Amino acid sequence: MAEHALARPGQLAVGPIGRNGLGYWGVAMLIATEAALFGYLLFSYYYNGATQPPGWILEPAPKMFPAVPNTVLLLASSGVVWWGEKGIEAGRRGQALLGFGITFLMGAIFAAVQIYEWLIKPFGFAANSYSSLYFTTTAFHMAHVIAGLIILAALFGWTALDYFSPRRRIVVSAGVLYWHFVDVVWVFVFTTYYLTPYLGFGT
Amino acid sequence: MTRPPLDYLLGSDGVRADATLPLTWFTLAISIIVCVIIAWLLWVGVRRARANGGAAETVGTPLEPEQGRGLSWITIGLAVSAVPLLATLIWTMAALGHVVGPPRRSGMTIDVTGHQWWWEVEYHGANPSDTFATANEIHIPIGTPVVVRLHGGDVIHSFWVPALAGKTDTIPGQQNIAWLQADRPGIYRGQCTEFCGVEHAKMGFEVVAQPANDFEHWREAQLQTAPPPATPQLIHGMQFTTFRCGLCHSIRGTDAASHYGPDLTHLMSRRTIAATTLPNNPGALAGWIQAPQGMKPGTLMPDQHLSGAELNDVLAYVETLK
Amino acid sequence: MRQPAYRTPRIGESTPELRARLHAIWETAPGWRGWLSTVDHKEIGLRYIVTAFILLAVGGVEALVIRLQLAGPDLHLLTPEQYNQFFSTHGMTMIFLYALPILSGFSNYLWPLVLGSRDMAFPRLNAFSYWVYLAASIFLYSGFVIGAGPNDGWFNYVPFAEKDYNPGINEDVYALGMVLLGISTTVGAANFIVTAFKMRAPGMSINRLPILVWGTLTANVANLLVVPAVSLAFFLLWLDRQFGTGFYQPSAGGQPLLWQHLFWIFGHPWVYAIVLPAMGMVSDGLPVFCRRPLVGYSLVALGTVATMILGFGVWVHHMFATGLPALSLSFFSGASIIITFPSAIAVFAWLATIWTGRPVITTAFLFFASMILLFVIGGVSGFMTASVPVDWQLTDTYFVVAHIHYVLIGINVFPVVGATYFWFPKMTGRFLDERLGRWNFWTMFVGFNLGFLPMHLTGLLGMPRRVWTYPEGMGWDTLNLITSIGSFVFAIGVLIFFYNCWKSYRSGAPAGANPWDAPTLEWSIPSPPPPYNFAVIPTLASRHPLWEDRLDESEARSSLDRGMTLDEGKETIITTAMDAEPDRIVEMPEDSYAPLLLTIGLAVLFAGLLVKLWLVAGLGGVGCLAALLLWLWPRQEMRERSPEPRKIGEPAHG
Repeated sequence: MAEHALARPGQLAVGPIGRNGLGYWGVAMLIATEAALFGYLLFSYYYNGATQPPGWILEPAPKMFPAVPNTVLLLASSGVVWWGEKGIEAGRRGQALLGFGITFLMGAIFAAVQIYEWLIKPFGFAANSYSSLYFTTTAFHMAHVIAGLIILAALFGWTALDYFSPRRRIVVSAGVLYWHFVDVVWVFVFTTYYLTPYLGFGT
Repeated sequence: MTRPPLDYLLGSDGVRADATLPLTWFTLAISIIVCVIIAWLLWVGVRRARANGGAAETVGTPLEPEQGRGLSWITIGLAVSAVPLLATLIWTMAALGHVVGPPRRSGMTIDVTGHQWWWEVEYHGANPSDTFATANEIHIPIGTPVVVRLHGGDVIHSFWVPALAGKTDTIPGQQNIAWLQADRPGIYRGQCTEFCGVEHAKMGFEVVAQPANDFEHWREAQLQTAPPPATPQLIHGMQFTTFRCGLCHSIRGTDAASHYGPDLTHLMSRRTIAATTLPNNPGALAGWIQAPQGMKPGTLMPDQHLSGAELNDVLAYVETLK
Repeated sequence: MRQPAYRTPRIGESTPELRARLHAIWETAPGWRGWLSTVDHKEIGLRYIVTAFILLAVGGVEALVIRLQLAGPDLHLLTPEQYNQFFSTHGMTMIFLYALPILSGFSNYLWPLVLGSRDMAFPRLNAFSYWVYLAASIFLYSGFVIGAGPNDGWFNYVPFAEKDYNPGINEDVYALGMVLLGISTTVGAANFIVTAFKMRAPGMSINRLPILVWGTLTANVANLLVVPAVSLAFFLLWLDRQFGTGFYQPSAGGQPLLWQHLFWIFGHPWVYAIVLPAMGMVSDGLPVFCRRPLVGYSLVALGTVATMILGFGVWVHHMFATGLPALSLSFFSGASIIITFPSAIAVFAWLATIWTGRPVITTAFLFFASMILLFVIGGVSGFMTASVPVDWQLTDTYFVVAHIHYVLIGINVFPVVGATYFWFPKMTGRFLDERLGRWNFWTMFVGFNLGFLPMHLTGLLGMPRRVWTYPEGMGWDTLNLITSIGSFVFAIGVLIFFYNCWKSYRSGAPAGANPWDAPTLEWSIPSPPPPYNFAVIPTLASRHPLWEDRLDESEARSSLDRGMTLDEGKETIITTAMDAEPDRIVEMPEDSYAPLLLTIGLAVLFAGLLVKLWLVAGLGGVGCLAALLLWLWPRQEMRERSPEPRKIGEPAHG
């Protein structure tokens, strides 16, 4: 008689523990598809740029202020939100609230400065395909910043309501992961639109 | 059997099509052989099946336990497939070399622009004054590579003369290069093959391949401006034509100098009108002028609704544009 | 009730008490409430299938009108503009609204059953995916019914789709509708991927997945990565049309070819996405009627993945005539020829399965087996177009139209109809009528080949595609008439199929749990399956749990009647990604209105964008946000507010 293979697990976690859960996978999928989206946006920029004569880039020497400090601010916010997540992991609610709150403020400042950048750009949305791509790409990113801010606000509120514990915190980990993504994508956007003209692309 | 006008399977009449045709047949033959073999294998395999089938018989048929059997099908199958695939790959690369770029020594260069839904053709000579435009009929000398610079006038079209060469798109903002070299004199049908709007179907053209002398005669004739009208009817016809038709068309030597539609300077030398939609004869021309929307619905030329007298005058004048 | 963090799952038999308890936990509420809020993958799968079949019928009627128009030269049944809307809508319907959704439907229904799970990873996302698909279908058809359907073909090249040349609302509907549909496809893809890796019964290791799962998984990895390309392309087009941006306009420094790149980067993998799952159906279904396991399982699975990987690198073969440099032509031509190999693996595997098996002819078998031939015909015509010089003649002629129909009908519709004959008993508990089935098969098979085999010749004789009519004397008259006749015969076959489904659903012969004596997990549970699928979570010991005693592949036997009961809530098991070791117990969400509300919010948003009522669009956006917050609000029972969590090791129910 053949023997039956029966899975007889011992202690199993019930529901998500830490970042170990389906929701985290789900956010990872969201990030994969969004990363692809930004990839295609940047592809559009490089493709159009490579097939156009010089002069296509309407601002061949993009101003570094306030773009550089703003970039630093956004990247730094990734560290702060990480610190906030550590607070949840350690059961220190005050640290988490502080972390999420400060990250929210940093993100909001980034968004405000970026809107200011839009206003001082010497070209409009539909000036040519360069300007359209610049505004569309940065606006797509802005939409993600706003989504991230809503998430941070929700995390802040839920933390204040004491919904999370070191083990039951997948929502926090997933939300924080999303914020990291928003920051990393900006590095690519920034490099493409602010740095490559200095490296000779399209000029 | 005469070859259908747009055929590219039963023959070829130009250098590029000549290089493509055997490859087409080769890949087609491989394809048919593969399909026949697979169909046969399938047929024989299935013929061994139980007569009736159905759920009861599925359940009643014992399983075939031997696991390992059958893998050799895949290895042998892939190995056999590799041969024609490799051959096709090599042949493709070789043929591509023959058809892709124009030869360095080309006889002449012309510009062709795709418009909704007609073709503008521009010839150049040694002097700028040797430039002239025509439409929907491309004359080329035989035995000479003719470089065709392709432009997109509005949307994307595709330039195709199957007897001579494969397709190249005409894309706005980009100049593509095709080239034609006809082996023998003849009239070869061309067609737009990229969907371009309502009358994509009726966007044909013709390539007239001629011996070099005939081509030169044609070219010199095309360089002439329109003859001055000789009779009062023709004068009236010319005035009316330049006034009405000149809104969109040009007739060199008159005031009609607009380029929305085909150049009419030598309209009557052409075999067809409306991008090969109609034969070029007075009856068809009259019908076309009056009611193009009935013959090519959606064409950018509006119905003219001329009075009988006006139409007669216009026709009389246009018939002098030889 | 708060969930304990850890628990040792109880092992038990499938008893009537257990089944009753699970039934009470998993059942969807009766009436319209349950109908609007259900997250049961079987219900959602069936909705997908029914909706996609309805759209197949609609697209089919459009095709018949087209074939009437083309039955002879110079016919005037349709005006050119009407014709252009008909062929564009036909393409849109079949490719976007039928071909993938029907496969998503089958996979949605079947995946948890073949994987040994009680639901998909994200049941609410699943419901959302369906609702958005439905909303997008209605949205996309809203233009056509008022005479403003898409009119630039399904791949919608610019600049013709730009406002200058296409001023109506036609292309706005198409552009926004496709973005909306993309949301459905993307969330569906995410759900399939996570489900494949996490929601399997213990022992369902990666090398035991049915090929259907391999095919759908591969297709959806591709979708996740390439759907953004087409969504972006359509969104940029919409911006061009509404705000005068110049992404595709040469006059504004844009590039018409950017559209083609974005579209085909998506479009070519998409072609594989709409055939690989269907090939999986054949790989899983055919062996049942050949009474043996599939030959070369591992090779077929690898071939599936390899096809898609290569499939990412061949998009340019749709653009050979756009004036690319020779180097680029050679590369993409070579890649397109090479891709034949992994696809060929499946063909030889199927043939070998028939030859070394004991084939039993059923209607499902006929559809699966005939698909092999249709697959090969569609494959070799694709191989011909991979050779650049030949393609420069073939492209944009009816040869390509014949090719795409052999691919879509041959490799999608035939397997899908076969799959319906195969799995209908599982879904309904009744067989489809076999006698009608034979009529069904032969009319479809004869009609299809009568219609589309001569079409290759029509193309080789130079007939361009997308022409609303053609003059006499081109040599295409007879061929077109034959094609039109064939298309009507084929349509009769499809009608017989629908009739058979309707009739058998009401009065078909009853089928038991495993009416075909098939080997896989879905046949180990009753037909139709109960809401909870598996009373006890099975443990797999081989790829063919129901054939183990006879195949005797190994010593071990799967455990189907005894396993984890997981009956303390709406629970199922999560396993590790590769080996499928039990990892965690997961609490599945209850039925929810959130997916429907979010869909309504999205629909309002898109409708607002379409008619440029920004306030309406904004309200829709706010609605979406509210629905999302409702959806994502952390669940009470998953919180852990007490400072001292339950001690590890303590029994769950003390």
